[in-house]
Amino acid sequence: MNIIVCIKQVPETTEVKINPETNTLIREGVKSIINPFDMYAIEEAIRLKEKYGGKTTVITMGPPQAEEALREAIAMGIDEAILITDRCFAGSDTWATSFTLSNAIKKIGDFDLILCGKQASDGDTAQVGPGISAHLNIPQVTYVKKIREINKNYACVERMTEEGFEVISTSLPSLFTVVKEINEPRLPSLRGLMRAKQAKILRWSAKDLELPEDKIGLKGSPTQVIKIFTPPQRPKGTIFHGETNEVVEKLVEALKKEII
Amino acid sequence: MDYLFTEGQKLLQELCRQIAEEKISKVAKELDEKEEFPYEIMKVLAQSDLFAIYIPQQYGGLLELPEGRTVGGVLDLCIATEELSRACGGIAVCYAASALGTFPIILYGSEEQKRKYLPDLAKGKKLAAFAITEPEAGSDASSIKTSAKKEGNYYILNGVKHFITNGGEAEIYVVIAMTDKTKGPRGASAFIVEKGTPGFSFGKKEEKLGIRASVTRELIFDNCKVPSDNLLGKEGLGFIITMKTFDVSRPGVAAQAVGIAQGALDLALKYAKERYQFGKPISSFQGIQWMLADMATQIEAARSLVYSVAKMIDSGNTSVSKESAMAKLFASDVAMRVTTDAVQIFGGYGYMRDYPIEKYMRDAKITQIYEGTNQIQRNIIALQLIKEMAK
Repeated sequence: MNIIVCIKQVPETTEVKINPETNTLIREGVKSIINPFDMYAIEEAIRLKEKYGGKTTVITMGPPQAEEALREAIAMGIDEAILITDRCFAGSDTWATSFTLSNAIKKIGDFDLILCGKQASDGDTAQVGPGISAHLNIPQVTYVKKIREINKNYACVERMTEEGFEVISTSLPSLFTVVKEINEPRLPSLRGLMRAKQAKILRWSAKDLELPEDKIGLKGSPTQVIKIFTPPQRPKGTIFHGETNEVVEKLVEALKKEII
Repeated sequence: MDYLFTEGQKLLQELCRQIAEEKISKVAKELDEKEEFPYEIMKVLAQSDLFAIYIPQQYGGLLELPEGRTVGGVLDLCIATEELSRACGGIAVCYAASALGTFPIILYGSEEQKRKYLPDLAKGKKLAAFAITEPEAGSDASSIKTSAKKEGNYYILNGVKHFITNGGEAEIYVVIAMTDKTKGPRGASAFIVEKGTPGFSFGKKEEKLGIRASVTRELIFDNCKVPSDNLLGKEGLGFIITMKTFDVSRPGVAAQAVGIAQGALDLALKYAKERYQFGKPISSFQGIQWMLADMATQIEAARSLVYSVAKMIDSGNTSVSKESAMAKLFASDVAMRVTTDAVQIFGGYGYMRDYPIEKYMRDAKITQIYEGTNQIQRNIIALQLIKEMAK
C-alpha cells in the first residue's frame, strides 16, 4: 500500500500573532514544528506500512526551511520526502495550495491513500485536505478516528462527529483527514534520526510541476485577504459590591449613564 | 561544557532528553508511588533504538566496533542513562540494568550465544538482568552458595539470588553459581538462564526507599536444568566475568548518579528563582547561590570523570577497574550530596511528597550501594594503587 502524507510546517504556538501592517503571521522568534494534527497522519501512515508494507511519502509546500519538517517525518519512519517550493507559490490560499499539492501527488503517481491532519494549527481552515481530493477527483473522509479495515481497493473507517462517530466505507484511492483520537505519534528512533540526517529531499518547483501561472500563488488564489487583525481587548467590567438594593440602584444608574 | 560528542552522540542525547521530558517526567511520580514497572516507557526506549547503542552491528545493534574489539558504546550508554535519570532514576535503572545483564554476553559469549541472544536484546524485545548477590553474599561475593552441578549436557542449578534488578521482568539472566566449591572464588561460573526454564522461579518483590519504578526480586533455582551450551566462557571464570562486567557497567551507574544530581539541580534552581522570602527570590541570597554553585561544580566534575572513563573503555583500554570504581564512587557521592542540598533549598516543601525533589534524594541513595558499595569501590581503588606502586 503506497501512502502519501501531506504536512505543513507551522509556528509552535497556539496564539499566532499577526503583524497589523502587513497582515501576515509574525514568524520571528517562534520555533517551527510539524502541524500537530499532521503528526497523527504521519504515525498512521507508518503503522499502515508496518502492517501492510508498501511505501510512505511525505510532501509539504512551503519555504526552503520546511525541509526540517520533512526530515523529522523521515526520522519517525517515513520513507521519502518531497519539498514543493518556489517563490511563485507565495500567497497561495487553500484553493491554490490544494491545487499545487494535488499536482505534486499526480506527479508521484502510484498511490492508494492520502493522509492529512484535520487542519493546521495556524490557519485552522481544514480546507486543504478536502481540496486535494476534489482536485484529484477521489473520495474523501474527514475527521477519521479509526481505520477499521483497509486493503488496496477498499477501506472502512470511523469518522468522528460531535455526537459520536459514523462508519464510512469507501473505495481506494481515497483521502482521509485524521483527528488526534486515531493514535499516539511515536518519537523518532536513533536509526531514523541518522537516516533523516543523510536523506536526500527532492525539491519540486512550479516548473517541475508544469503549473500555469494563473493557478498558483497569489494570482491563483480566489481568496483575497483584505485585513487580518487581533480584536481589541474587551475593557474590564465593573463589579458592584454591597446589599442587593443598593447594588441594583448603582447598576441602573451606571447603565443609564454609560449606555442608555 | 562541550564534551566533543560525535554527531551520533548529539542526536542520542537530544532524543533521550525528548523522551525524558515528553514521556518519563509525566509518569515518574505515579510509577514511584505505585511501585510499578515502566512497561510503556520500555517500549518507547526499544522503539527509539536505545537498547541497540552498546550492541555490535553484527548482532543487530548500532555499535560500530573496530577490528579486534569486543566492547564499546559505553559513552553512549552513559549519555542515555544520564538523560533518562534526570527525569527518573528508577526508570533509568530498568534500562541500564539490561545493559548490565547484556555485557557478560558481549564480553564472554561464544559466537552462537551472541547470535542467539543479542539481536532480541538490541531490539529491546527482551530485557536482561545480572544475578550475583545472595542473602549472605553481598560485598563478600566469594561466599556464594548457589551451586551448578554438571549432569550430562546440563548444569543443575540450586540456590537463591536476591536483590536482582529487573528480576521477573527480564527474559535473559546471567547467573553466577559455584561449579566447584572447593576452589573458592575460582570455582564460580557464569550461566545464561532464560525465564521459563524449568526449576527457575521468582520470589518476593522488594519494597524500596527509592528507584521504586524498577523491580527488585528474588530468583529461585530449584533443580533448574540449564543446557551446558549456556555456560559463559568456561568453568571457573564466574568472578572474572563479574569483575570485567562491572568494569564496563559501573560508568553507567555513575552516569545514573550524574543524571539524578542534574535533575535535582535543575529543580532546585527553578524553585530558588520562584520562591520569595523576605520580599525577594531566594536565588538572590548568597547562601543559596553558593549552594547552587557548589552543586553545579560537583556535578560537572563527576560528569567529566564519568565521560573520561567511558571514553577510555570505548578506546579499547581493558585495565579500567580503578578508574571505573572512581567514577562510580565519586559520582554517587556527589548525587547524594547534591540531592540532599536540593531538598534543603526547597525547605519544608522539599520534605513533602507533593514536590518532586524528595524522590531525587531517595533515588540517589542506591547509587552509593549497588554494583559494589562505595566502600568496595575504595578497596578496588586502593588495591590498584598499591599494585601500581609495587611495579
